[in-house]
Amino acid sequence: MDILPTRLRRHRFLRDPSVPTITLIQHSGESYTVEAADGATVMEVAIDNNIDGIIGECGGCCSCATCHCYIDPAFIGKIPPRGDLETEMLEFASSEAKENSRLACQVEITEELEGMVVILPETQL
Amino acid sequence: MQRIVVIGAGHASGQLLDSLRRGGSQAHITLVGEESWLPYQRPPLSKKFLSGELSAERLAFRPESFYQRNDIHTLLSCRAVSIDRDARTVSLADGETLDYDLLALTTGTRVRVLPVPGAELAGVHYLRGIDDALGLQADWQGRDKVCVIGGGFIGLEVAASARTLGKNVTVVEMTDRLMARAVSPAMSQYFLELHTRNGAKVMCSTGVSELIGANGRVSGVRLSDGREIPADVIVVGIGVLPNQELAQEAGLACDNGILVDEFARTSEPKIVSAGDCTNHPNSLLGRRLRLESVHNALEQAKSAAASLMDEKLAYAQVPWFWSDQYNSKLQMVGLSEGFDRAVQRGNPDEDKFSLFYYRGDALIAIDSVNRPGDHMPGKKLLAAGISPTPGQVADPDFPLKSLL
Repeated sequence: MDILPTRLRRHRFLRDPSVPTITLIQHSGESYTVEAADGATVMEVAIDNNIDGIIGECGGCCSCATCHCYIDPAFIGKIPPRGDLETEMLEFASSEAKENSRLACQVEITEELEGMVVILPETQL
Repeated sequence: MQRIVVIGAGHASGQLLDSLRRGGSQAHITLVGEESWLPYQRPPLSKKFLSGELSAERLAFRPESFYQRNDIHTLLSCRAVSIDRDARTVSLADGETLDYDLLALTTGTRVRVLPVPGAELAGVHYLRGIDDALGLQADWQGRDKVCVIGGGFIGLEVAASARTLGKNVTVVEMTDRLMARAVSPAMSQYFLELHTRNGAKVMCSTGVSELIGANGRVSGVRLSDGREIPADVIVVGIGVLPNQELAQEAGLACDNGILVDEFARTSEPKIVSAGDCTNHPNSLLGRRLRLESVHNALEQAKSAAASLMDEKLAYAQVPWFWSDQYNSKLQMVGLSEGFDRAVQRGNPDEDKFSLFYYRGDALIAIDSVNRPGDHMPGKKLLAAGISPTPGQVADPDFPLKSLL
C-alpha cells in the first residue's frame, strides 16, 4: 500500500525502493549516489543531477563521444552490448577506451542496474 | 552587483549560462525566453521526439535545479521587444523593463515561411520548437499522407520519422538534389536512394505553387508544373532566418546575422552574441560565415561568456554537424563547398562510407555515413591542418589516426 504522499517520497531517506540508484565517481574521486529513473540513460542521469564529467554535446545520439564512462565490470553483462557505431566512436574518445568503456547516452537504466558504479574519465574533449 | 541579461533560450543560451557560473561570474543573471521551455535539445525534435521515443522532459539542456542552484532568474513566455543602448535597458512585451550592465543575444533563428497561397491552412506545419513538434505529432495522428516541402536536414529527418511511423511520405525539393547547401552531389544521391528504398517518394527540381484546401484544412499540394499531389499533413522545412531585428533596431551591425568578432563581441562593447543568429569570422576557414549547428552554438557561447567576464577565448573551430535518417548516421566535419575532388572510403552499398573532399591537395571536409572511425580522426586532422593523401584515404585499411 502506498501510504506516503509523492512529495515525501522524493526525500532520499524515504525514497521509492523501486527506483534504482547508481553511483557516479568523478576523476577527482568525488562520488554521487543518485536515483536513476527506469528508461533514462546514464548521460541523462548525470546531467539531471548536475554532475560534471559528462558533456553529451550531441544530446545523446551517439554522435560526439563526449559522454564516455567506465562501467563497473560486475554490471557490464547486465547491459545490452555496444553497437558497432558506439565501439567505433569510443576508439576515438579523448580518454583511453577500455573493455568496460561505454558512451553513457547508450546505457539505459533498468532495475537490474541498482547499485551500479560508473567511473567518469579525466576528460571528454 | 553587475547585471547580465541573456535574451534567447536555446543551446547557446544554456551553454553561456553554464560557462558564466562555471567561470565564477557572480553577476545577477536574467534569462529571457520566448518559449515556455527552459533551454532544450532541439535536434531530437525531428527525430526521436517526433517518432515518440523521447518525451519533452528528456530534452532539457540542464535540469530546472541548475537554474535554481546557480541563481539564474528565468523569464519564460516572455519576449524582448527593444534594447535601449544608452539607458542600458531591455523592454519586454509585457511592458516591463530590465536594466543591464552587460547583454547577451542568443536569439537563434526562425523558420522561413512558405510564400504561396494556402500556406495559412490548418495542417501546414513548421518545425523549430517543442510546441511545433507536439502540434505536428498530434495532427498527423490518424492521418496518413504527409508531404514534406524542402529536402534539407529538417525535411528529410521528418520524412524518415514519418516513414518509421508507417506514413505515406512525399518529399518535394525545389533544387535538383537533396541537402544541396550542405553536402556534395554524390552524398545527395546516396540519401535520395536511401529515402526511396525506405518507401518515401522524393521529387527534386520541383516547385510548389499552391497549397490546396477544403473547409480550411489542407488537402493537397499544387506543384509548379501544374500536377497535384494529395496530402493530409504538410511539413515545411525551407530554411531559417537569423533573429537579428532586435540587434538591428538597436543599431548593432548586422549582415546575414548579428556581426560579431572571434570573441563573440558585437559592434557594441557591452553586448555579445552567440549561436545561429551570428555572422562570425573563422580563422581556420579564412572567412566570415553564419552557421546553424549545435557545435557552433556551444563553442561560440563559451567565447561569449569569456568576453562577459573580461577574458579572451577566441572561437576558431572546424564546424561539425550530424543528421540521423533511418539507420544512416551522417556525420559531417568541415565545409565541402568549393571542393574540386572527392575521394571515397568504404562502400555506399553497405551504408558505410565516407567522402573526403579536397581543394587542391588540401583536405577541407569529410562526410561520413555510419563510419565514425573516419569522422572522429577526421575532426582532428582538419583541426591540425593535416591532409592524408587521396591514396591513403581510398585504402580502407590505412589507419587515419597514424597521421595524428
